[in-house]
This record gives sequence, C-alpha cells and structure tokens, in this order.
Amino acid sequence: MERIDIHPTHTYGEFKLRAGRPLPFGATRVEGGINFSISSRHASSCTLVLFKKRQSEPMAEIPFPDEFRIGNVFAMVVFGLGYENIEYGFRMDGPYNPQEGHRFDPAKILLDPYAKVIGGRDLWRVQPDWNDIYQHRGRMVFDDFHWESDRPLEIPIEDMIIYEMHVRGFTRHPSSGVKHPGTFAGIREKIPYLKELGINCIELMPIFEFDEFENSRTHPATGELLLNYWGYSQVGFFAPKAGYAATGKFSMQVDELKALIQDLHNNGIEVFLDVVFNHTAEGNENGPTISFRGIDNQSYYMLTPEGYYYNFSGTGNTLNCNNPMVRNMVLDCLRYWAAEYHIDGFRFDLASILGRDPWGAPLSNPPLLENLAFDPILAKCKLIAEAWDAGGLYQVGSFPSYGRWAEWNGKYRDTVRKFLKGDMGQVGEMAQRIQGSPDLYWWRGPSASINFITAHDGFTLADLVSYNQKHNEANGENNNDGSNDNDSWNCGWEGPTDDPEINALRCRQIKNAVAFLMVSQGVPMIVMGDEIGRTQQGNNNAYCHDNELSWMDWTLLKSNADLFRFFKNCIAFRKAHAVLRNRTHLRNQDYVGSGYPDISWHGVRAWQPDWSGASRILAFMLCGAHANGGQHQDNYIYVALNMHWETHLFELPELPQRMQWHVFANTIMPPPEDIWKPGSEPWLEDQQQFLVGSRSAVILVGK
Amino acid sequence: MAFSATLTVDSGIAKITMSGQLDASMTPVFQREIENAQTQQAKRLVLLMSDLDYIASAGLRALVFAKQKMGRAVDIYVVGAQQQVLDTIQMTGFDRSVITIETYDAEVIENI
Repeated sequence: MERIDIHPTHTYGEFKLRAGRPLPFGATRVEGGINFSISSRHASSCTLVLFKKRQSEPMAEIPFPDEFRIGNVFAMVVFGLGYENIEYGFRMDGPYNPQEGHRFDPAKILLDPYAKVIGGRDLWRVQPDWNDIYQHRGRMVFDDFHWESDRPLEIPIEDMIIYEMHVRGFTRHPSSGVKHPGTFAGIREKIPYLKELGINCIELMPIFEFDEFENSRTHPATGELLLNYWGYSQVGFFAPKAGYAATGKFSMQVDELKALIQDLHNNGIEVFLDVVFNHTAEGNENGPTISFRGIDNQSYYMLTPEGYYYNFSGTGNTLNCNNPMVRNMVLDCLRYWAAEYHIDGFRFDLASILGRDPWGAPLSNPPLLENLAFDPILAKCKLIAEAWDAGGLYQVGSFPSYGRWAEWNGKYRDTVRKFLKGDMGQVGEMAQRIQGSPDLYWWRGPSASINFITAHDGFTLADLVSYNQKHNEANGENNNDGSNDNDSWNCGWEGPTDDPEINALRCRQIKNAVAFLMVSQGVPMIVMGDEIGRTQQGNNNAYCHDNELSWMDWTLLKSNADLFRFFKNCIAFRKAHAVLRNRTHLRNQDYVGSGYPDISWHGVRAWQPDWSGASRILAFMLCGAHANGGQHQDNYIYVALNMHWETHLFELPELPQRMQWHVFANTIMPPPEDIWKPGSEPWLEDQQQFLVGSRSAVILVGK
Repeated sequence: MAFSATLTVDSGIAKITMSGQLDASMTPVFQREIENAQTQQAKRLVLLMSDLDYIASAGLRALVFAKQKMGRAVDIYVVGAQQQVLDTIQMTGFDRSVITIETYDAEVIENI
C-alpha cells in the first residue's frame, strides 16, 4: 500500500489545503501540491494570491488560516496546483504607520522575497502593461537541470584573472555575430574568445531580476530612451534576470544560465556574481511597493527615527542587512546561488553597508560578514567587497575580512592611474601596489587585493587615456553625475584625434596599464572590452545606456588586433610565472639562499631605486627561486617602468650565472616587437643596460 | 492542432511520433508514453518531432524526465525538431540529455 504522508486537512473554495512547513521559505513543490511559506514580524494576516500565468486578474485568493501560522511565518500547502502555469504573490495586512516604520497595504500584491523565478519583465526592453496590478510575479522553479559532474572550480584566488562583464553589453552589438545577442546564450557562444584572451573568471554585473524601466526616461535633447541598464537595483534576490535569457519568453532563464555556467566551467572559467544587497528597487517612500516594503518594512529597511529611509546606498533606501531576519535571507540567497547555480564567487556592491547596524553605525564585528565568511556552503566561494558605501564609509584595507574577504582595491586604481600619467610623488606607493598592497593587507596576503585600473563604474581604459574630464551629457543630468576624480590624462587632446603621435601614446599608455596590472601581486581584474580599446566617448557613468555607448563593439577586435594580442600575451605571461602570483607577501629578503631578495628595487642604476618625490621611474626584479614562498622554481623577472616623458637608460641587475635576460615586452616598440609570446622571448644583446623609452614599460625574463 | 503522441516499440527501439502543440496541459500525455517505453525495456528512445509545431517548457522538461526515466544507458534521439525547438534545447543545456539529428538514420539508431 502506498503511504500517504501529506494529505489535505482544510478546504477553501475549490482548493484543498493543509498547514505548510515554515522552511524552506518561498514556494516549494511537495507531494501533490506546493508549499508556500513567508514571514513577516509585523503583519496581522496574509493572503496567498494565485494567477494563471500572465493573466491580469487573480484566479484565486486564499487567506492563510490562523492555525497555519507558526511564529511569524505563514505556511500553507495548496494541493492540485499546476505549478507550470501559475504565478503567486501575497497580500499582507497590518498597521499603516510610517512613523513607526509600518507601511502595510492589503490592496497591494507582493512578490515573495524568495521567488526563484520572476515574471513580468520576460523580454528585455518590452514595455510592460503599466496598469497590471501585479508587476513582478513569483513563479515556480524547476531544479532538474542535469549538471553532470560539474561543481565550482575552486581555482586558487591568487591564480585568478577576472573579466568584469555586462551580460547584455557583451554581445548585444550587431557586430558580435552571435545567434542570440545580449543573452546568457550569447556569452556561451563567445567562450572561445574568452579562452583565447586567457581570463579564467567572468564577473557578471547584476543578474538578479531588476526592472530596466525603473526610473526610465527620455533624454530631453536626444530623445534617447534611458534605462536602468546596469541593473544595480534588485526586484528579487533569488531569480535570474529573465530579459537576459533568450529563453526568458519560455521562463527558462534558469536553465539557460545554468547551461552557460556549466559550459564556462568545462572551459576552466569561473563565474562570479556582482550582488547588490545594499538596497532594493523600491526606492524611498515615493517608490513602488513591490515586495519588502509591504511585507515588513520595519524589518527590511534601515529607517530614521521619523520612519523615513536611510540612504547609505545613494539610491533611496538601505536594506537592513544586520537585522537577523534579513541577514538570514542574504545567507539563504548566497547559499542558493552557490549550491543551485554553482557560482564560484561573489562581489558585493557597496559592501560597507553590510557592516552597518540597523541605525547605520559601522559595526566592529558585523555578524553578516562573519556569517558569510564561515558558512560551510560558501566555504570555497570567493568573497569580494567593494569596501565603501555612499554614506561615507571607506574601508579599503580595513574591511572586516575574517581571513576570507578580498577587496576591490580602490587605492590600487588611484595610485596606478596617477603614476601612469606621470604624477610626482607616486613611486613609493606604487611599490606597495605592485607588491599586492602589503601596507593595506599585511596580514591577509596579496590575494586580498583585487587589483584593477578600470571597472564598469568609471572610464574605460581607452577613455582613461583620451579624456581629462567626464562627458556624461548623454545621461541627461547636465554632466553632474559620475565621479569627478578620474586621474585620467588625454595625452594632449580631449577625445578622438587624427594626430598619430597622440594616438600612439594612448595606445602605449593602455599597454603600460595592462603591463602594470599583470606584473602586480594580487588578483588582476579587467573590464569587458578594454582589451580591444572599447570607448564610451568619455562617459564615466553609462548606467542608463542600452545602446552603442555601452555595448562592446566587436569590430574593434580587428582594428585593435595588436592591443588584443598585447593583453593576451600579458595574461599568458602572468599565468606562466608563479613568481607573479604569490600567495603570501614578498619579504624583500633572500630567505632561500639564492643570493637575491624575493623582490629587489632598482632605478636607472641597478640596486638604486629613486624614491624621491620627483621620480617617475621604478624598476624591480622578482627572484624566480622565491616563487610562491620558494616552493616553485621560476624565471627571474625584471620590470622597468618609465613614466617620465624622457627616455632613460636603465642599468640591469646582474643575473645568476648561466642566466641571460630576454625581452618579453617593451611598450614603446611597434607591434609585433612590443610583446612576445611567453616562452619565445628573444635574447637581449646588451645584458648590462636597456634604453627604456619615454612613458613606457619593459619586462625582461631571466632564464 | 491538438497534440498527439504515438508509441511503437520494435526490436528494442521505442519511437514516439509527436504532432501538434505540446503545451503544459498535454505534457502528462507525453510523459505517459515515455513511461510506457520504459516499461517495454527499450534500448533506444526516438522522438520524431518533425510534425510538432510547438513545445512549451514543460514539454522540454519532459526530455529531462525521459533521460531520468530511461536511464543513462539508453540514448534518446530527437529527430527533425524545428529550429526554434532545437535552439531552445541547446540554450538550456537539454542537449546534454538527448542527441539531436535532422532525419532518422537507421544505421546509427538501430545499430544496438
């Protein structure tokens, strides 16, 4: 006889019900039905609202019987629902008293914070029905994806080369040539390109469901429709953006994303997600009520004593991440992505907010950050903080790390940019940045430092060397948005020019920058398209442009083939040399008896670095016998950086017997002699000295 | 056009000829035929889809169900599927559960 473990105990209209299980939260398939579970500390009652897929009116509203509530959790099984074709939401009743932080409104239908699939914006940029009473709709997820033997790759963090990418922008441009531009499937078609470049990790800008129409508007002068293109504003935290999937129209975005991740893993590429837990898409008191505000406003948001929204995120509200209930949701969310999607790492947007208490004060021992650091499911995931917020908390070098968290090293970006354009007084700090910033991360090791010169937020690398000022007029905010502190230099002309000398210098500066990045200890990150000279025409905050300003133009791969080749070889060089990827900090000592310190500093005279304020020159040598703390034998590497506008003759340090210097890169040389394939570096005729051109970098290999 | 699925089993090869529109409501019909094929211990499962006009995600999910039901040793062939169906199978990774071919190839399929 077949056992019946779960059977209806109640009826409501045509529906058969029973008390549900409080955990897991959300909608879960159970024998014969669906278990719905949602919590609210302050709601007095809750009603489940069911729709047939894409229908404007609900098919049923089922109040949770009082006896189905355990603690603050409303849990109910509804039997006989065709889970493929339903959408669900909730109505919550409770006090409406904004001063106390309560904004319950049973007229609103609310999205489940744990919804794993969200409908309503199934196709990118297709105008929704604004009269729809339920804009973002919870749907059921299927977990039958066939992962075969896949799991997160667990590449050691010091070996990572991160490529930051916007899902849509990567392949949306007509020149991408993919079958489904702007989608997860499109990225999958470009895996051979990513492999050729040599990166081993893509970091996806937000892919949790968001509303591209949030704050959308028409540019008054150009008529361009401006959207929430970047997506740093989440509608839900558990569901992938349907509009990023070619199969979103079939609600199969989950499968398409998983297929992409599996294929990337099969090709040795990890996947990081840029996650935004600092705020939601509901904005301030004037924003829409989508989910959290109507479910339990006082718990989910940081509120002023008057009941308004604290705005540490700069976007209207701040998620109350150290409320224990919200903290659990964040943890559940990340566990879900790690376990269900095999995500390899997370980058936390404005992560300093996660270390604030419910009233906004920074915590010395933030429980959420500690939870994430020691969680068993997340144990092998890389955790990366953007260690600042819009409320003035700047924690680069001091973010509570628990030995686990790495940081976007904003100081690396700033120092390298200043050094690159020839600012004085940078050499001393540059030496720290090259070593993985031991001044900031002395006890955490160099891999705590995510080194980057450019990211989605700010100039592209091509624009960094082409513009002195931001040019954000196309954003329709009178050029008031975006950072004014860019440390950029246009090389003599603002914007595009036909001047061959300026263009040659710009190209050299780009090469210098990537050379710095790839010979620095720590974890390098490049942003999509920098390897082919992508421009945003001087716009350093292209958050609202779903157009050619943001999309990667693949024709540049042909016109800037030499740049791509330079990036590719630089990446390959880093991967070939363990001495560039130390797990622990360099000691500036010889501790293996090689006769050379692990790193030594030089200037135009060997062994005599010029640390003076006026110096724009720095050279260093890495001793191959000290690679990875002396565990590996590698070549010796010598790097000369001359950011002075004059050419300088550098005396080379003498190598151990039977070793000779070979030239890997010399950025002043025209292609193809600007860089060589690792392993094929030509022997250097003059082993004593090297003429390093103005504003250029030279990398030699001793072998 | 209404969905229909017809199963024939011959020499260990189960063929399900599908036509019409396979939406969520008709998926149980398809699944039932898969179960029947499994009951008859088929060594190959061939899904003839050239007359299938539309397949909903529930129908595609049934391919995963088929693989689970039939077991790893049983190859599943999707024959003659329309381009949109094929695209979706590939983009969602379902192509790892089935072998897609344009036309029925007796030499390959019947070579057990």
